[in-house]
Amino acid sequence: MSIATQPAPATHPAAANSRSLESLASRQSIVELGARERAAALLDPGSFRELIDPFERERSPWLAAQGVVTQADDGVVVAKGTIDGQPAVVLAIEGAFQGGSMGEVGGAKIAGALELAAEDNRKGIPTRAVLLLETGGVRLQEANLGLAAIAEIHAAIVDLRRYVPVVGLIAGSVGCFGGMSIAAGLCSYLVVTREARLGLNGPAVIEQEAGIDEYDSRDRPFIWGLTGGEQRFATGLVDAYVEDDVEQVRQTVAALVNGPLPTSPKSDAWQHYLSKLAAYNPSVAIDAAGVRQLYSTPEAS
Amino acid sequence: MSATPISHDRSPGAAQEPASSRGAIWFDALTGNATPAQGYPTTLLVADAPFAGSEARFISVVPDANHAYPRVRKGETGVIEGWAIAQAVHEVIAADQGKTPRPIIAIVDVASQAYGRREEALGLHQSLAGAAGAYAEARLAGHPVIALLVGKAMSGAFLAHGYQANRLIALDDVGVQVHAMGKSAAARITMRSVEDLERLAATVPPMAYDISAYATLGLLWRLVEVSNAQQPGTADLAQVDTVLRDALADIQADPTRGLASRLGAENRQASARVRAKLRAQW
Repeated sequence: MSIATQPAPATHPAAANSRSLESLASRQSIVELGARERAAALLDPGSFRELIDPFERERSPWLAAQGVVTQADDGVVVAKGTIDGQPAVVLAIEGAFQGGSMGEVGGAKIAGALELAAEDNRKGIPTRAVLLLETGGVRLQEANLGLAAIAEIHAAIVDLRRYVPVVGLIAGSVGCFGGMSIAAGLCSYLVVTREARLGLNGPAVIEQEAGIDEYDSRDRPFIWGLTGGEQRFATGLVDAYVEDDVEQVRQTVAALVNGPLPTSPKSDAWQHYLSKLAAYNPSVAIDAAGVRQLYSTPEAS
Repeated sequence: MSATPISHDRSPGAAQEPASSRGAIWFDALTGNATPAQGYPTTLLVADAPFAGSEARFISVVPDANHAYPRVRKGETGVIEGWAIAQAVHEVIAADQGKTPRPIIAIVDVASQAYGRREEALGLHQSLAGAAGAYAEARLAGHPVIALLVGKAMSGAFLAHGYQANRLIALDDVGVQVHAMGKSAAARITMRSVEDLERLAATVPPMAYDISAYATLGLLWRLVEVSNAQQPGTADLAQVDTVLRDALADIQADPTRGLASRLGAENRQASARVRAKLRAQW
């Protein structure tokens, strides 16, 4: 399934040049919202109910010991409610806290909620899940417990996606990296804006590990060209490309999460991808246009 | 035309025989030197070999100094490896439909995911999701999945190859390490010095790199002592085989197919408490 409602222009959003003043005035940016507001915006009005809210003070038990400021929700919002009347849980990562990194508590909130949603489905309650992914991946101050939690998030997505669609939304501006990019790759459907980036390794990590010639973490056009929302949509690695507009995002997510399951999850498409990759000679570097061409050419029979 | 070599030439004259990695050594030892199956990249050893009175599929990622992808020459897990692992697992799921699902044993010695421009451009995250998803689906389909950590189990590579197993087993050896990121990169990202990082790792168990600290997190099912993790002798092999069989029996006796058995440790109390609260408030 591939949908793009009013594809955004390819220029940087700061320009926003081609849009009329009226449409700008009537839009509400999702990128500018925090995790809790994003979750509320996706759920039907009045249906939002937060689980383990900040007043419960479920903070990271590991950050304080390292002199790092904690947050009362550990940067993850678990919200139950309905989307177009259907039962749903929205798991929203706050990119503004520790880069949206996954620690023990935040990771357990996401994994645990997905596990309960799968249990609901086994009992006949069709609870859907939406993941709002603004995350650099594992929180390095909780390294192995972050990694373990992410493995459990993967397990729970694969379990749940057998029953109902699991939809990932990368709105921006942190993007989705590390082990959580693998979680994104496990979702039934992915929705992105032009502000989104999706990749395994964050630019600074690649530059550190492989050198600036391999990856220049300060070259924004290069990075957006390879890993930005528009490119990921053009190469089929995400399913929907939307404007940074709350109502458009909400409608797109609702249609996907309440719609049919994909014929087969993208993560099962090993035959497709291995056959495409067989046509690429890695002794030659590949650019954004090259990837579009490689992944869009018809299957060799 | 395939740009990636897909045949295994492991004869003595083969060009650039990979320096015997732990992944290759333990694969050979546990499969009785089985010839790896055809149709996989040089970096992925796959074989169905006798195990516990029946057969298991063994899967191991190994280095190839001549790998066509420059950033995948030291045993990293790249786009080809992720999708090829998915292939090796999905083939077994398909073949065993309607039969007893055979065990899958992931031999884990993975330096890291590939850090490269080509890999990001081609969607390395999706390839590793292919691998992780395949193991998770195999587990849900009733295949007992066991991961045996014999070397490094790093970050995205471990998430793709091993972390979805029903049971995790590690050799008790200094060369066996689990972590989210190499020390120098982790220091840069957290704006600390490598020395600070090492000092913190000594007191904060999840930050440590060594397997004994990892064992306190409750994620491992067993830690196995061997006399030589690099060149296992007959006794080492027998010891590991016994633990693998015990793990198989433990999985078969467990009616659940999830990862809940990892939640019991003192050092993971918050993971269990958060789940209990969610359930109460659900």
